[in-house]
Amino acid sequence: MHKVKIHITLKEGVLDPQGKAVQNSLQSLEYSNVQDVRVGKYMEVYLEESENLESQIDRMCDQLLANPVIENYTYTIEEAG
Amino acid sequence: MPSMLEINPEKIEDQRLYAEMGLKDEEYRSICSILGRRPNYTEVGLFSVMWSEHCSYKNSKPLLKKFPTEGAHVLQGPGEGAGIIDIGDNQAVVFKIESHNHPSAVEPYQGAATGVGGILRDVFSMGARPIALLNSLRFGSLSQPRVKYLFEEVVRGIAGYGNCVGVPTVGGEVQFDDAYNGNPLVNAMCVGLIDHKDIQKGIAAGIGNTVMYVGAKTGRDGIHGATFASEELSEESEEKRPSVQVGDPFMEKLLIEACLDVIHHEALVGIQDMGAAGLTSSASEMASKAGTGMTMNLDLIPQREQDMTAYEMMLSESQERMLLVVEKGRKEEIANVFRKYNLEAVAVGEVTDTKRFRLVHHDEVVADVPVDSLAEDAPVYHQPSRIPEYYEEFQRMEPYVPKPLDYLSTLLNLLKQPTIASKEWVYDQYDSMVQTNTVVTPGSDAAVLRVRGTEKALAMTTDCNSRYLYVDPEAGGKIAVAEAARNIVCSGGRPLGITDGLNFGSPENPEIFWQMEKSVEGMSEACRELETPVIGGNVSLYNESFGGQAIYPTPIVGMVGLIDDVAHITRSHAKKSGDLVYLIGDTYAEFGGSELQGLLEGRHFGKAPSLDLQTEVNRQKQLLTAIRSGLVASAHDVAEGGLAVALAEKLFENELGCEVILEGDLTSELFSETQSRFLVTVSKENKQSFEHIITDAHQIGTITEDGVYRVKQDTVVVLEEQTSTLKEAWKGAIGCLVKSKG
Amino acid sequence: MKFAVIVFPGSNCDRDMYHAVKDQLGEEADLVWYKEANLADYDAILLPGGFSYGDYLRSGAIAATSDIIAQISKAAKAGKPVLGVCNGFQILLEMGLLPGAMLPNEKLKFMCHYETLIVENSDTMFTRSYDHQEKIEIPIAHGDGNYFCDEQTLRELRDNNQIVFTYDQNPNGSVGNIAGIMNEKGNVLGMMPHPERAVEALLGHDDGRRLFESILTHWREQHAINA
Repeated sequence: MHKVKIHITLKEGVLDPQGKAVQNSLQSLEYSNVQDVRVGKYMEVYLEESENLESQIDRMCDQLLANPVIENYTYTIEEAG
Repeated sequence: MPSMLEINPEKIEDQRLYAEMGLKDEEYRSICSILGRRPNYTEVGLFSVMWSEHCSYKNSKPLLKKFPTEGAHVLQGPGEGAGIIDIGDNQAVVFKIESHNHPSAVEPYQGAATGVGGILRDVFSMGARPIALLNSLRFGSLSQPRVKYLFEEVVRGIAGYGNCVGVPTVGGEVQFDDAYNGNPLVNAMCVGLIDHKDIQKGIAAGIGNTVMYVGAKTGRDGIHGATFASEELSEESEEKRPSVQVGDPFMEKLLIEACLDVIHHEALVGIQDMGAAGLTSSASEMASKAGTGMTMNLDLIPQREQDMTAYEMMLSESQERMLLVVEKGRKEEIANVFRKYNLEAVAVGEVTDTKRFRLVHHDEVVADVPVDSLAEDAPVYHQPSRIPEYYEEFQRMEPYVPKPLDYLSTLLNLLKQPTIASKEWVYDQYDSMVQTNTVVTPGSDAAVLRVRGTEKALAMTTDCNSRYLYVDPEAGGKIAVAEAARNIVCSGGRPLGITDGLNFGSPENPEIFWQMEKSVEGMSEACRELETPVIGGNVSLYNESFGGQAIYPTPIVGMVGLIDDVAHITRSHAKKSGDLVYLIGDTYAEFGGSELQGLLEGRHFGKAPSLDLQTEVNRQKQLLTAIRSGLVASAHDVAEGGLAVALAEKLFENELGCEVILEGDLTSELFSETQSRFLVTVSKENKQSFEHIITDAHQIGTITEDGVYRVKQDTVVVLEEQTSTLKEAWKGAIGCLVKSKG
Repeated sequence: MKFAVIVFPGSNCDRDMYHAVKDQLGEEADLVWYKEANLADYDAILLPGGFSYGDYLRSGAIAATSDIIAQISKAAKAGKPVLGVCNGFQILLEMGLLPGAMLPNEKLKFMCHYETLIVENSDTMFTRSYDHQEKIEIPIAHGDGNYFCDEQTLRELRDNNQIVFTYDQNPNGSVGNIAGIMNEKGNVLGMMPHPERAVEALLGHDDGRRLFESILTHWREQHAINA
């Protein structure tokens, strides 16, 4: 069994209203050194052993988990019990 | 084996573990005598939730009996998921209000969202399609960061749930007062529409019939929510956070469609939602109502978490679950209906003739109690009542008269009071139009929805001015009902009935219990005179925040009215220049509990405005006649802030002006909150016919084109401002308060 | 003319769309559950608003992977009118039938009220009953209506006259004030505002009615030619 940790983030250049709101809040809490905030998604997917695991995960992300028009993704694969 | 099962009955008694679940010593003894033995841990759990105030009304029952609940058109009074009133053509309207105060105080988004989910299930479990949501909210002062957070998140929670399930949120009210600083109120109301033949009951009839479970899986969330709701808030309740349930509106939407489908299946016998006290209350109430018993095998309950105990499963308040009773041997047919919606309905038990509620888990009987003892035998307490000193003092006071004022700055300040200011910041976040029936969207006196396929429409509102209830609960109770009826009448409707959301402090405090008693008496009297029976509702007690400060008595009135013809639908705002402005009713110097008093003095005291119910009834009847005769261009009740505010609100929508001439004491004429008054506009050609019908209408001015709000005394202008300037103050106030730091 | 209103789990404006074409337009219409996938007999496909699959993951993303999608694409390819409103628009974007993507509204709040739209292209099968640059009142009701596409795509949309509606006052931060766009071929329209909510004067405005009338007029003309 594998545990895949997937991070989905907005592409550079895509406006991130949530990130902006969080940034403003942090700044109003007087964290004046906050320069930028980007909000993304984190998912854990548990998978049985299979061949071409990585290309399978890539396809999952392209087809459903991320929207390639606005989002990028990265992932790491761990062994899970 | 989970540790809780090891706690044996002796230990529960010796260590008074039942007290931790909210049971009193005498209640525990009463359970022992019902069972003829000591209850085990699971059984104590069952009794603790079913005998909580939330489920049993043990403290409020003697008061609730005072409400008139019958009427020729009432098809279902209190006792089922929601009340039902006939609206003709074999159709009926179903409605109920319910509070979710304590969960919202701890986790405002989910607390409010699941409040909406729960009230929806109460309505569609009756077989009705939910057509509208309303809400009544109370918060402390928006100058406090915590209050601001609660306010924003509650509104977002209501929107998040209601918008997703596709039921329009069409109206409600939001008021702000320091009395709610630590304990906000979140009451949600749902209105549904049903054909008479589709009315369902939550009964477990038919020995041998199958009990089915459908919807979300059961997890450990919300365990002891019902007792949580019956306790005072404390620092500890912040730590009881796991008690708060998480809502899944997508699951709810599937359940709505599937349940409205399954009610047409002849194999369905009974259906009820799992609300407060979850499986325990739905199962035991369904059997108790049918005079039967029930056995459930808890191994079959769909579970979201591992190793759940019987106690946890029975007390879980996981959301979006329903319990069904279906004819024996036909569970597969029912399961197929749900399968279409990707929902799984599973058989979990059977209706028996034993009148006992029997639970089996891992091949062991984990509970076996008389079913009626849970639903019917809860103790009833007649709490002592005492007139509070503050009330006696208020009654002895000379009438409060405000000092001379600058009229314009007073009006501007009133318009900026968050209780009076525009609630657009709130309702813009609600989908008020989905289902395409909403004729009058939020912002008028009542929301109006047409009944598709007929000429009829329904008007609906929630109302309660708790400041009047604080200074005089009996007068305030009457006013709450009367004001709701005014809003319905102003929209062109005939009031049909009410649902009540009774929110108070601790009933064990005699002065609070007195408030409850008097409020209910006042409401009952008004309901009788206005012929609006109480067809259901909810009681939320122990609304006290850190330090034992009780909220103002807040019995919210949710009222629905019938408009016979969509042509009678009337709005609150003035339509065109040249129309005549009438004030119906006389004005006296009544400022006790008024917005002006709060603004000037920072507190409320003195006598509440008086209300003569006969006058109220007559005026409402006359106004409705005039509206139905097509003589009224717009109608608005005079409420918080008095005539000055009502007049301004009348002009905002179309940015019109007015020229009004007043006589007598201007402070009273402008700002007094004398009851039973209406502000209406009438086109010139209808002047005579209108005056013929309305016996105490005073023409006070005309609507003008110039967009200036102008009030004169004789020929002297005493108050003058651009309508747009007033509107700006009124419209932006809440958004400003939310954004401001502090 | 026969319309299919596709119902996904979580769609909630399906009946509104149905009533608009059935009761107001007086044409045939069916609510088609997403599993009952045979769209061959229908002349137009309507994707209604709502929260398909709870809008979990991203608005419209999960619906865009369901089986019926292949048939919707087929109908679009065949030149049948396909209209996606609100969540329907989001699904069309996720399917790739229309370019771009949806982001949360700039102010991060759900919004529901009337907006003034400008008809940017009145030479389409959806808008032929409107005047060029006509201002119409149509309600919006969305949390994720902030249309996004890169500059290259925006230029193409403009060059090909694919921008059908813009907002007079941008409520949500959409690129180019975009409220509705169509594909290059002109038979697939996606828009965030709800024309089906504005078909009866009783409920406020009936400016949305002509959008459905346009589809019908177009179909009748096509039908007459083919016959």
